[in-house]
Amino acid sequence: MRPGFRRTGLPGLPAQPQRSILLTWYHATRAAYRTGGVARPGALPPHIKSCPAISTGDFVTLLTRRTFLEGLAATAALPALGTGPAHASEPIPVGAIYDLSGPLQGFGQNQWRCARLALDQINESGGLLGRPLDVKLYDSQSDMQFYNQFANQLALRDRVAVVQGGLTSSSREVIRPILRRLETLYVYNTNYEGGVCDGNFFATGATPGIYVDLLLRAAAERWGKRVYVLAADYNYGQISARWIRRGALALGGEVVGEEFFPLEVNQFGATISRIQAVEPDVVLNVFVGPAHEAFYGQWASAGMNQRIPMMSTTFGGTSEIVRMPPEVVNGIMVIGSYYESLDYPFNQTWLAEFRRRNGTDYGYLTDVPIKDWYGWMLWAEGVRQAGTTDREAVVAALETGISVDGPGGPLTIDARTHHCFMNTHLAEARDGEFRILERYQNVPPTNPADQCDLQARPDTNTMYTPDI
Amino acid sequence: MNWLRDRTGLLGAGVAGAVLIAVVPAATEVYVQFELTLFLIFAILALSLAWVWGFGGILSFGQSAFFGLGAYTFAVAVINLGESTLPILLGVLVPALLAGLLGYFLFWRRISDVYLAVITLAVSLIFYYLIGASAGSQYRIGAALLGGYNGIPSVPPINVPGAPEQPLVYGDLYILTAIVLAIVYGGLRWLLATDFGRVVVAIRENEERAQLLGYDVRMRKLAVFVIGGGIAGLAGVLFAAWGAYVSPNVFSMTFTAQIIVWVLVGGLGTLSGAVIGCVLVQAVMTWLGEAKLADTNLVLGAGFVLLVLFARRGLVPGLRDLLARIRPPGRDPR
Amino acid sequence: MDLALVVGLHLLHAIASLALISVGLAVIFGMLRVINFAHGEFLMVGGYAFVLSAGAGVNLWLAMLVIAPAVVGMLGYLVERLVIRQLRGDVIATILATWGLSLFLVGLAATVLGYHQQGVAPPFGTIQIGSYTIGIYTFFVIGVTILVILALFAWLRWSRAGLLVRGTMQDGELAAGLGADTVRIRSATFVLGSALSGLAGAVLAPLAGVLPEIGATYVVKAFITVISGGATALTGTTLAAALFGLTSQAAAFVSRPVVGEVALLVVAIALLRVLPTGITGRYFRKAL
Repeated sequence: MRPGFRRTGLPGLPAQPQRSILLTWYHATRAAYRTGGVARPGALPPHIKSCPAISTGDFVTLLTRRTFLEGLAATAALPALGTGPAHASEPIPVGAIYDLSGPLQGFGQNQWRCARLALDQINESGGLLGRPLDVKLYDSQSDMQFYNQFANQLALRDRVAVVQGGLTSSSREVIRPILRRLETLYVYNTNYEGGVCDGNFFATGATPGIYVDLLLRAAAERWGKRVYVLAADYNYGQISARWIRRGALALGGEVVGEEFFPLEVNQFGATISRIQAVEPDVVLNVFVGPAHEAFYGQWASAGMNQRIPMMSTTFGGTSEIVRMPPEVVNGIMVIGSYYESLDYPFNQTWLAEFRRRNGTDYGYLTDVPIKDWYGWMLWAEGVRQAGTTDREAVVAALETGISVDGPGGPLTIDARTHHCFMNTHLAEARDGEFRILERYQNVPPTNPADQCDLQARPDTNTMYTPDI
Repeated sequence: MNWLRDRTGLLGAGVAGAVLIAVVPAATEVYVQFELTLFLIFAILALSLAWVWGFGGILSFGQSAFFGLGAYTFAVAVINLGESTLPILLGVLVPALLAGLLGYFLFWRRISDVYLAVITLAVSLIFYYLIGASAGSQYRIGAALLGGYNGIPSVPPINVPGAPEQPLVYGDLYILTAIVLAIVYGGLRWLLATDFGRVVVAIRENEERAQLLGYDVRMRKLAVFVIGGGIAGLAGVLFAAWGAYVSPNVFSMTFTAQIIVWVLVGGLGTLSGAVIGCVLVQAVMTWLGEAKLADTNLVLGAGFVLLVLFARRGLVPGLRDLLARIRPPGRDPR
Repeated sequence: MDLALVVGLHLLHAIASLALISVGLAVIFGMLRVINFAHGEFLMVGGYAFVLSAGAGVNLWLAMLVIAPAVVGMLGYLVERLVIRQLRGDVIATILATWGLSLFLVGLAATVLGYHQQGVAPPFGTIQIGSYTIGIYTFFVIGVTILVILALFAWLRWSRAGLLVRGTMQDGELAAGLGADTVRIRSATFVLGSALSGLAGAVLAPLAGVLPEIGATYVVKAFITVISGGATALTGTTLAAALFGLTSQAAAFVSRPVVGEVALLVVAIALLRVLPTGITGRYFRKAL
């Protein structure tokens, strides 16, 4: 058996002052099997009393990195922890969790294709620090409980240098605390509602504040300022809707209607009639998931796609542009950091390479899956500059504002928020493709009132809700 | 001590319990225990359905409602109180209370069969929609934000009673879960051996006959349902503590159906089958998530169909039949 | 006035959609008592059969009204032959088998078809009602639903095959004793239910889109509708669809969409509490 985390013994933890009968009995039974070491997992020393919210995995936090490593070193002949100096050719284990099956597989499969391209490219060019990357991939089956299991496995068993992946906000909030406590770097590559401020966490996805503002401005120039909002009834939709209200007000416009839909709703007749009654200048949607897709067909069936312009911050994430007939989706205005039609030279070669490896049956790539390529490339660049895979060194290197060029233009880390600057593009659906209308260079991440500043307060670990 | 009569079964259960509680913690690494904890929590949930459906004859699609309600009650209470003893009790009592109300609503009207299944499913889905629609800071109970589809993150763990500074996580939570499972299993077996249990089974076999013999069918069904609801709630409490997280997905149709699948794979009408079926299905799903042979649904789906075709009554009854065939006749302990 | 008309049409459409997704299940569960958890996936396969053949250049109506039902009918034949029949009416085994089948079909569609198949736009134009426009396809969906239900009703009521089917459902042994080939009748009924599901999936595809996991959107509502309908499958399902479609759509109109979803469930619970064996458990017992 390989030396395990628990069995190595964790010296230095004081014995518990009082124990319940249950625990005493339990340790008595276990003592018989124990070969050495005094600690038990889950035991917390008395000084942790002040800790406000103790949660799974906290015991690891208690061991400073040093005692933890010393503990491990005490039992000889251990495999590399993924962080320490190792033999030159030994692979670096890295972790990936994607929704490869289940309801979210439309996202997850392309996320993994993009991630795999990055990992292959890194390995084909000689790996990192002369060591190949050994990716431990897990299929979460679109189920939060597997995120929990696999995040723990990656940190405790596979001992990876970094974990990337996850799609929904819930998946992120399941694994983020686990990886923080188990001292494993986490990179999250999806557009989300924004606000996570955590030194152990990097986000390459876009946040809705800027997207919404740019869309509203484009709408005001073209059609007007009376906006009707249709949003998924969960945090991403709710927070996006709040940004829209604020953005519309700032432009001197107004939100003339606002509706939230549970993720299962696929009947939109009532909504479409209400929109017809209100006659807004533009409809802005934040739809999520397969059921909501039904909206576009019903909208077109009522002839509304000829009457009222439609904008979306989410349209395109699961290849809708190639799956839905052009008559239905032509004219939908979207915003994002990546579309296949971008004319960057980097994109041409990148896309050719992607298609060479994945064929053409993957659908259509937009900014959600593509960020998983960026995420791995950013981390690799961080490792190269740090000269080690050690977590703290890599974080420090990334915080120098590392930038990587990619198919959607350069992506640059903002040290204060651990989010990214990126090019953003306004585009319009046209005959199975997105036609690029405008380009905004190096758009900064949303960070209202500088809520998050990891340079000034590196120990922050919260998720801010924008006060809007 | 009638319930001790089935010696083979009891011996098996005893050995399995001893291994789970005493051997596994010493012989495995922490992530294995972490994973096993989840399996055992689900096994408790599976037991609740095996009891309600397999012995009470009540096809409940609502075990996920009790499970989820237990998890949410615990999460909200422990976030507010900071100490887990009362929240655990609430996490059992609130679902049991709901089961009581629902049971009164159902059994006094003599609703049964698929109609009962639909009502319990609808109750579960109502929770799913309502809690799913609770995104936004206005939906909070005390200090706990409900969080809509995103759920409640950072739920504090279970602690040693009265000592919030001593949380039971990883290895300790495993032990606790294994003990709870053993108690629930033993408790249900004992219940089945009592007069109450025998009448319950008689009601399952023929409700009308049991009634004509003078038994109050409704009251007993209600009791079965409340006990099942409480057990499911307890599993929910452990689940919320295990993952430090709870989301409305526990109320979804997929999760509800999963519980039914566990029980059926193991074999309806047995308690050990529920535990074995649940652990087996979960282990296979986890393994598929690691191995990625093909689309998980594809493999799992094909597996279920084949299982039904070749062991229609589930694993445990199938195994029993096999044993009975191997054994010379006349020595069957039953 | 315009608004009332438009609202009325949307209510009708909601009822029709609900009846359409349930009618195949009404035959399979309502008549055969086979709990088919893969019902949503039957609809999904119907949608894909339509979208793929239309994409390959087949005439739209041929693809929707002939090919999709035929493909799902064949699928139904295979499923009945290889799985359902082997289980000989074992309800519990059937639940597990069809649940597995449902997972299998989702996985298969995701693996083989993936996310790059183009859908079909709703045909026809729109009509103007005051300041409102409504797609003519909405009327088509309502019309197809009415036709399907009437045809099914007439077939069961007046044809010899319908008589055999009803006889077999009522008392299989007696029917067999009288010389009816009940095995074949059950098989044919299952195929009929499957084909109707395929038709429904195809008719709804232009409005709902087609994805491997789309079945989950349908299956729960279909089950609740059929079961609340009660013992008399066709009449019951139609009445339940009318009641549920009306309340949920009306609730969604006056309030938030989530209220519409919850309203459907609450009405179902209340209904079954008042009529513990479904609508046709008490009323319309002589109907079909």
